[in-house]
Amino acid sequence: MAIGLGHYLTVGAILFTLGIFGIFLNRKNVIIILMSIELILLAVNINLVAFSSFLHDLVGQVFALLVLTVAAAETAIGLAILAVFFRNRGSIAVEDINLMKG
Amino acid sequence: MILPAALLPAVFFWIFAVICVASAVMVITARNPVHSVLFLILAFVNASGLFMLLGAEFLAMILIVVYVGAVAVLFLFVVMMLDVDFTELRQGFLNYLPIGIPIGIIFAVELVLVVFAWAFAPDASSAVAAPPPPDMTNTEALGRLLYTRYVYFFEAAGVVLLIAMIGAIVLTLRHKVNVRRQNVRAQVARTPATAIEIRQVRPGQGI
Repeated sequence: MAIGLGHYLTVGAILFTLGIFGIFLNRKNVIIILMSIELILLAVNINLVAFSSFLHDLVGQVFALLVLTVAAAETAIGLAILAVFFRNRGSIAVEDINLMKG
Repeated sequence: MILPAALLPAVFFWIFAVICVASAVMVITARNPVHSVLFLILAFVNASGLFMLLGAEFLAMILIVVYVGAVAVLFLFVVMMLDVDFTELRQGFLNYLPIGIPIGIIFAVELVLVVFAWAFAPDASSAVAAPPPPDMTNTEALGRLLYTRYVYFFEAAGVVLLIAMIGAIVLTLRHKVNVRRQNVRAQVARTPATAIEIRQVRPGQGI
């Protein structure tokens, strides 16, 4: 059975769903939520690279590289915010993060 | 058992895909966040294998370097640095399960239905922006594209990383009181005239 574009897109779709699901499931733990966002971005990258490969177009890989950069920057900033938040509040439960509720 | 060579890409695709999805499941369900990070590393390594199968060798290597080498270690560092009671954070895990699982399954099924219900437009192959040049490796072709036509995007990515670096430093830097800090200006401004004093010490007498 030949592996086509659909197989790769299916893997991407499942990973994307798992990422979304992880955000719902671990609503209290910010670290797992950040990891779920990483999974979502990985799914996006798999889609981009799969299309790039099957359409014989390198631009998809260039775009995937930019997504990778933004994902790394987002993780660094997110974890820095998390560390500062933990230092100030002594907890990383999402439900405690309601200071800006107005 | 010897596999025919034509079957090998399929075999490796299934190995990588199944392990990738399984470890993604473990990332979101593991009890211990350290295990979550380790499964995230496994997921990224297998995704890198998928990239390799697709012929994107450069991105596969970058995925390993950036994610396994930097991001996952950052996650591990933060998980171990923060002294959090993770069992308390697990409470409420089951509250969202009954409604979350049907929604997740419906969402995944819809996405997969979309995946198998389309075809390339007939003129899609003529609209390709940058076909990979023949007799050139993936890394070389990507580099030529990235440093010429997409150089502004490349520099924008660099600016994003710079801002992220500065932001992370600004966020986590703190000036403690009662801690003596290095005074670089005073150190650099020292001269022999201000630092050395020559005394004539006579025998038998102290300074």
